[in-house]
Amino acid sequence: MNQPAPTAAFAPWEDAKAKPLISFQNVTKKFGDFTAIDNISIDIYEREFFALLGPSGCGKTTLMRMLGGFETPTMGKILIDGQDMANVPPNKRAVNMMFQSYALFPHLSVWDNIAFGLRRDKLPKDQIEARVEEMVKLVRLDKFARRKPHQISGGQRQRVALARSLAKAPKLLLLDEPLGALDKKLRQDTQFELMDIQEKTGTTFVIVTHDQEEAMTVASRIAVMDEGLLIQVDTPARIYETPNSVYVADFIGDVNLIEGNASPRGDGKTILHWAEGQPPLVAECPHAPDVEARCTFAIRPEKVTISKEKPTDRTNAIQGKIEDIAYLGNLSTYSVLLANGTRVKAQTANNRRLSRRELTWEDDVWLSWTETAGIVLDK
Amino acid sequence: MRRLTWFNTTSLTLGFAFLYLPMVILIIYSFNESRLVTVWAGFSTKWYGELLQNQAFLDAALVTLKVGVASSTIATVLGTMAAYVLVRGGRFFGRTLFSGMIYAPLVMPEVITGLSLLLLFISIGLDRGMITIVLAHATFSMCYVSVVVSSRLVSFDKSLEEAALDLGCSAFEAFRLVTLPIIAPAVISGWLLALTLSLDDLVIASFVAGPSSTTLPIKIFSSVRLGVSPEINALSTILILIVAVGTISASLVTKRAVKRRQMEEKMAGD
Amino acid sequence: MNFRRFSLISVPYLWLFILFLVPFGIVFKISLSDYAISIPPYTPTLDLTEGWAGFKAFLSALDFENYVFLTEDDLYWKAYLSSLKIAVFATALTLLVSFPIAYGMANAPDEWRPTLMMLVILPFWTSFLIRVYAWMGILSQEGFLNQFLMGIGIISDPLIILNTNWAVYIGIIYTYCPFMILPIYATLEKLDPSLNEAAVDLGCSRTSSFWLVTLPLAKPGVIAGCFLVFIPALGEFVIPSLLGGSRTLMIGKVLYEEFFANRDWPVASAVAVVLLLILIIPIVMYQRNQQKMMEAEQ
Repeated sequence: MNQPAPTAAFAPWEDAKAKPLISFQNVTKKFGDFTAIDNISIDIYEREFFALLGPSGCGKTTLMRMLGGFETPTMGKILIDGQDMANVPPNKRAVNMMFQSYALFPHLSVWDNIAFGLRRDKLPKDQIEARVEEMVKLVRLDKFARRKPHQISGGQRQRVALARSLAKAPKLLLLDEPLGALDKKLRQDTQFELMDIQEKTGTTFVIVTHDQEEAMTVASRIAVMDEGLLIQVDTPARIYETPNSVYVADFIGDVNLIEGNASPRGDGKTILHWAEGQPPLVAECPHAPDVEARCTFAIRPEKVTISKEKPTDRTNAIQGKIEDIAYLGNLSTYSVLLANGTRVKAQTANNRRLSRRELTWEDDVWLSWTETAGIVLDK
Repeated sequence: MRRLTWFNTTSLTLGFAFLYLPMVILIIYSFNESRLVTVWAGFSTKWYGELLQNQAFLDAALVTLKVGVASSTIATVLGTMAAYVLVRGGRFFGRTLFSGMIYAPLVMPEVITGLSLLLLFISIGLDRGMITIVLAHATFSMCYVSVVVSSRLVSFDKSLEEAALDLGCSAFEAFRLVTLPIIAPAVISGWLLALTLSLDDLVIASFVAGPSSTTLPIKIFSSVRLGVSPEINALSTILILIVAVGTISASLVTKRAVKRRQMEEKMAGD
Repeated sequence: MNFRRFSLISVPYLWLFILFLVPFGIVFKISLSDYAISIPPYTPTLDLTEGWAGFKAFLSALDFENYVFLTEDDLYWKAYLSSLKIAVFATALTLLVSFPIAYGMANAPDEWRPTLMMLVILPFWTSFLIRVYAWMGILSQEGFLNQFLMGIGIISDPLIILNTNWAVYIGIIYTYCPFMILPIYATLEKLDPSLNEAAVDLGCSRTSSFWLVTLPLAKPGVIAGCFLVFIPALGEFVIPSLLGGSRTLMIGKVLYEEFFANRDWPVASAVAVVLLLILIIPIVMYQRNQQKMMEAEQ
């Protein structure tokens, strides 16, 4: 792929001068007594691929439907391109949406579905035709243009829905669980296709998903939500490596959580006493407590090294017994029982053949990691 | 354990015989030569001939048809609007009263509906005639239409309408271009139901009809009150056959469409 | 509220208000009036030219005399009672006839079912009047049924069925059984056949599994069907007029005759109001049952 700049350099959210395309300002949405969105403020920038991630009922869909104009905020303001969207109905917004059910019009052909929005703008006929032609080529459906939605497969329907919502060249495209109805294999292929199309068209994408892997794959930034609250907004790497709370750490990927009393060591590192008679753990803590406080230490299983001998080069090493082994093909996950009853998972890549691996059930082993591998969380 | 026992087979056979034998007997005796309807005196189609000569029946049939088409069309428009209001209208003042007025006519005895409408027409000084029958029929059949259409609207994916709005439609355009074409089958069956109810109605029509606007059911009723007559047998046969041909062909067309759709869906595959 | 939404709501609303609700108000008002030999045949009539005083005079002339009359003349309460009796009995008979049909349909092979459904619905589209009329020729003394029974030698003298309550029962069963079959079939069809297999596996015989599993689970459909037959049967007019005799008392017929033969509009209106009050109970019960069924499905 021919990118003008590496993806890492694209970070308008770090540029104080950059103007956001979308700006939620203290937005609250209530349905009767139920608070779906609780005082949320976010800025989303042009050309971003922004993911709203959370379990069902966390308010992510409501947040997106407010951008589309299908819900109005109870309090707060939503600006798109600096303009207050309060009284702008859906059909007057330069925003298009791809619906979870795709919402393809069953009585219209693929072609007419894609042309639907362009015809509402009363464009000249030849322009409409050229644009639809371009769109069916973009999503590789030129052969199916004359078919009705029920005559094509689920994956093709998904692409029609995408083409239809992109046809009007919106400033902003909203995608509501766009891949939810596809099976796993197809979903993975389509994720890359989505990223490719986003890059080609330069449209800002806001995607709603409950699938953390999907969000990690496609998004430039992820907003993790829970019960109407915004928990963390950051790039996928930072969400994974430095979650700001136990909730985020637990929601994204697999994690080991060890509770204990944390206190600062003086050099910026934090010491965590987690069990009687065990050496304390040393780790980094972004919001280091000044005094001793109850905290949780979080570490990803792939950052834990498992070995028969006690390693000498690592600060943190604890002993345990292998309780269970899950062989996943490329990886193996070991569940290790510590002396105080805590279970810790360690993951290793299976880059040796089966016969060469030495660890087995009931083995006494050492788990170890460096000072920077895990993180102490106070929430 | 879903299988037909001898008990099931017997009850199905007897049950459908009970449902259909009376009509079959009626049809057979309409070809009876004799005026004495219960004695078979050989095959004849002369009662059909006499029926076609009977100007009073033909006039009544025409009145019935005019009333039926007019009232079912009004009922379909009003009923579809009412269904849309019920399913998508949100909250408005008097919503409970409105839905009550939609459902109440479905269970109302016809004598009461007929009586009350007649008293209304008299008190506002509207002369009884075709117009009053059309008004009466449109009123009770719009409720049936709205039940049929709203059950379709309930299962209608709301995001289709939202997608239309999202792509630049006004609310009315979204209804005209997306909702209406999709619910069209329900609207059409609502119209057919309203038409059938109107063609069939005796009680309400006999309250609100004037002397110059006798409908076919009124005509049939006044002549069968005196006993069985061969012309009525012939007329019934014609009506039964029209309905049977209509219903069976409609269901065959639907069945073919469903089959074709299933085939296409299978071929589309993933 | 914008203009479009307003007109969308108000057009059907006003239509039903004027042609459904207002007429009931009129019926109720006339039921409180007195019979008079005039046009229209009741007093008082509201004379708006006299203003407020006229309205007060009009109100004071209204009373419940007709309702008192209904309780005094035994024709009316006997008619209500006999309508109730006929409707209850006919509903029970319809259930007896319909359940085996619905059960048979539910057990039929999948590919038969749409056809069987169509065969049940088809009579519904044919004229009600004709379906009732068909029985006149069958049930009369020299009718098809008697000819057939005498032909095979079961009876020697013709049975008198037409113009009795029995003919009314047959008419109600015949015309209303689709309303009973369809809801029962709908519940039976949804039953998981493995429930019966589980019952048999746990030691039931096939008959006891029917009584202990199938029947209790079909109850909502049975109840719905019973109300769908009972409610219209109570106010039935065509069937008792054509198949019933002079001694068959049904309230729908009484109302019709009171209005057209006696031209006593105030009493006819009172009869209608009382019939409506009687019907409210089963209608409310029916809606409760429907709601319970809907909740059970979710």
